[in-house]
Amino acid sequence: MSSSESATGGTNSEPQPSSIETTGFNKQRRYFLIGASAAVGGVGIGFAAVPFVASWSPSAKARALGAPVTLDISKLRPGEMLGPTPAWRGQPIFVVNRQPDALERLEAPNDDLADPDSDNGEMQPEYAKNPWRSKRPEIGVYIGLCTHLGCSPKPFFAVEPEPFDANWQGGFFCPCHGSRFDMAGRVVKGVPAPDNLPVPPYRFVSDTVLIIGEDEGSA
Amino acid sequence: MAEGQEKAAPRTDKGLMGVVNWVDDRFPLMETWNYHMARYWAPKNFNFWYYFGVLSMVVLVIQLVTGLWLTMNYVPSGEGAFASVEYIMRDVEYGWLLRYLHSTGASAFFVVVYLHMFRGMMYGSYRKPRELLWLIGMAIFIALMAEGFFGYLLPWGNMSYWGAQVIVSLVGAIPVIGPDLMEWVRGDFLMSGITLNRFFALHVIALPLVLVMLVFVHIVALHHVGSNNPDGVEIKKNKDANGIPVDGIPFHPYYTIGHDLPAIVMFLILFCLVVFYAPEMGGYFLEKPNFEMADPLKTPDHIAPVWYYTPFYAMLRAATYPLFGIPAKFWGFVVMAGAIAVPAVLPWLDRSPVKSIRYKGMISKAMLGLFVICFFILGYLGTIAPSPEATLLAQICTAIYFAYFVLMPWYTRVEKTKPVPDRVTT
Repeated sequence: MSSSESATGGTNSEPQPSSIETTGFNKQRRYFLIGASAAVGGVGIGFAAVPFVASWSPSAKARALGAPVTLDISKLRPGEMLGPTPAWRGQPIFVVNRQPDALERLEAPNDDLADPDSDNGEMQPEYAKNPWRSKRPEIGVYIGLCTHLGCSPKPFFAVEPEPFDANWQGGFFCPCHGSRFDMAGRVVKGVPAPDNLPVPPYRFVSDTVLIIGEDEGSA
Repeated sequence: MAEGQEKAAPRTDKGLMGVVNWVDDRFPLMETWNYHMARYWAPKNFNFWYYFGVLSMVVLVIQLVTGLWLTMNYVPSGEGAFASVEYIMRDVEYGWLLRYLHSTGASAFFVVVYLHMFRGMMYGSYRKPRELLWLIGMAIFIALMAEGFFGYLLPWGNMSYWGAQVIVSLVGAIPVIGPDLMEWVRGDFLMSGITLNRFFALHVIALPLVLVMLVFVHIVALHHVGSNNPDGVEIKKNKDANGIPVDGIPFHPYYTIGHDLPAIVMFLILFCLVVFYAPEMGGYFLEKPNFEMADPLKTPDHIAPVWYYTPFYAMLRAATYPLFGIPAKFWGFVVMAGAIAVPAVLPWLDRSPVKSIRYKGMISKAMLGLFVICFFILGYLGTIAPSPEATLLAQICTAIYFAYFVLMPWYTRVEKTKPVPDRVTT
């Protein structure tokens, strides 16, 4: 028996005492209503979730604090490092001065490095894709966060045997999980870190003033 | 109440029973009490291992109350958090006690929960019909780990900061979406006060609510299927004329007063000894670098999580090979997540005809023993600095940890089991 018949009911029939379930109902209409409500409700929940999800993204204040910064490097002495300076987006920035002997070692072919030619384009701007990974060979600028799990590596610039490497050629060592990088932030093979230290976008305003966070193109 | 009919006492409207009757007309008070306590038939052969469920609830209450009180003086901001914890420790009346109760409570929570889970593994408490009960318990365990992780950032010490940095960086290891997802989780380009604020919200509101609800559901499910016991015998299969399991005794008062209460007193004595005499536990409960404020420019020389995460942290570090062009750190993340989640499928891995380790064969006993030893070794390895030997040992232990689960369908079927008695033994 079709459900619409019982819903309208005969003229002489007594109202049934039983529940709505047994007197029958329009199945198709019920399923349509359930389906339509679920679909519209689902879309509604999707839209309602937007503000909740979006509110977790960096706020305007956080983005403003991540604006490019100016850094005076006049106090950077030969063969040393300025930093870790909280320069850009609050991340430690390493500014390294390298002497000719260190540059020589960077230019020599090195089989121990995972990415000696900086082929991973995400880790540096195009102008830093060279053996020194920098604009000016002697001045290197790197984000001082290990590409493994984000610890801050420590500078070990002296060429001398270290507990972590008997044949140490100078560079950075991460104390957390033992990743090693050379003087250009290039990662050594076989350590947990997968990539070289990132190079931020930067430009020179003068010989002693750097802007980190933008380059000539974006200025 | 079909079972255990007793002669109804004449109804009274006077005194305490009058109040109870008044409430009972409007709320299922006595019905609930009887269902969950006075007429909940628990196997009569519970032993030492059955203390840790109720102790988990005791610690949960300690954490909820001390946590609530700590929020009254804590300031969840990058500038104020560290100073406010020092303020609680030095200037707030009994603030030091509230904080030590809470920090010791965190460790105590994991002690009792690990023992509670081990009990379930030993006696096959996850087997049919208790699979869902076990899954709810796993959800509690994962929520508890998240709760502990979010809470650990709040003191804003240097270990809080870099520990959270390392774990959040794991999200960045996910291919393609990782870096953006990491920024979304932190709400900033690095860990900052913004991250601290949201972790605070999750720690004091979202996860406590989830935990309390899950614990409630855990108990409802337990009382529906009934408790397992050290023999793994279903007491509901053997009932007397009144429908009461012959091997069951009323949970109240036999287990409440006779079993749990002395255990709670003993536990609280041990707990207070730690709170008053060794709240830092030699750097294991409160780590030394955390007495220094968070410094985004200076990583502590050695990063180790709190002891209750170290087994999983050691497994994370044990993954050192890149696979399929994806870096090793992602596989470390996968191994760690897998190690935490894999006990959830135990009900479907265990094919033994018997539940309890008492009647299982030698392979099951040996595997469980190896599993426990490896868990302890991994827990130790997670606290020390990595070295090639330690990494190798961690890899071996990780393999055994997973072998316990992966090989279970095989070894529980081939081994010879002992006959299970019809009734529980004492």
